[in-house]
Amino acid sequence: MPSRRNFLIAAGGFAGGIGLGATAGEAHASPEEMLAAIRKVTGQAPVRRGRVKLDMPPLIDNSNSVSLAVAVESPMTPADHVKAIHVFTEKNPLPNVVSVFLGPRAGRASIGTRVRIADTQTVTAIAELSDGSFWSGSASVVVTLSACLEEGLI
Amino acid sequence: MASANAVVNVPATTRRGEIIEIKALVRHAMETGFRRTQLGALIPRDIIRRFVCTYNGVEIMRAEFHPAIAANPLFTFNTVATESGTLAFQWTGDNGFSVTESAAITVA
Repeated sequence: MPSRRNFLIAAGGFAGGIGLGATAGEAHASPEEMLAAIRKVTGQAPVRRGRVKLDMPPLIDNSNSVSLAVAVESPMTPADHVKAIHVFTEKNPLPNVVSVFLGPRAGRASIGTRVRIADTQTVTAIAELSDGSFWSGSASVVVTLSACLEEGLI
Repeated sequence: MASANAVVNVPATTRRGEIIEIKALVRHAMETGFRRTQLGALIPRDIIRRFVCTYNGVEIMRAEFHPAIAANPLFTFNTVATESGTLAFQWTGDNGFSVTESAAITVA
């Protein structure tokens, strides 16, 4: 007699099979595509590391909804403020996640949202400052159950 | 029925110059356009593309969403309380999606 445990193991294997089959043909973004997307934002300007803190949980159970917070060190004055914050991923189907446009009225260059993360990867946040410089910060996340592997189980 | 689809959290009263945190949540499936049905048909993309917040008519924050934003998007940001008035929020997206919400703020 199939026990509940056996049934769940079998169901899980079946589900995993469908998921892998369905995603094998899907084009996922690559780190190169992420760099291309970043270059579309920054142009030829150099991107320096620092000043940007990207906060995400290091270990993700439910990658359909992962909290993401970006904070940029900036006085947020009319003369020196963060104009935009962009978030990019390496392995989601698309490299872009969100672009936020701020100004001195924000008071604090800090935003938060919830995102989908396809796979274990590095997420990068880029801040564009009012003086035209770009700064980046990144976070490495490990996904134990992926968001984009559930096709076929809708 | 904007109020049924969006919730915003703004402090009702604050002091001038104070930096306040604003949280905005909207009901939306954020269908990525990458998922398929069991028959293999691609489910078309249906997401919120843009979220704008204005403070007494002046834009203070604008965000562009991509499919990687989770369903029922929550967005947190800050602003400096300058004067009493209204914070207006608008989400627009695919298939003519548009939801607005507003919150009154009293600045002492």
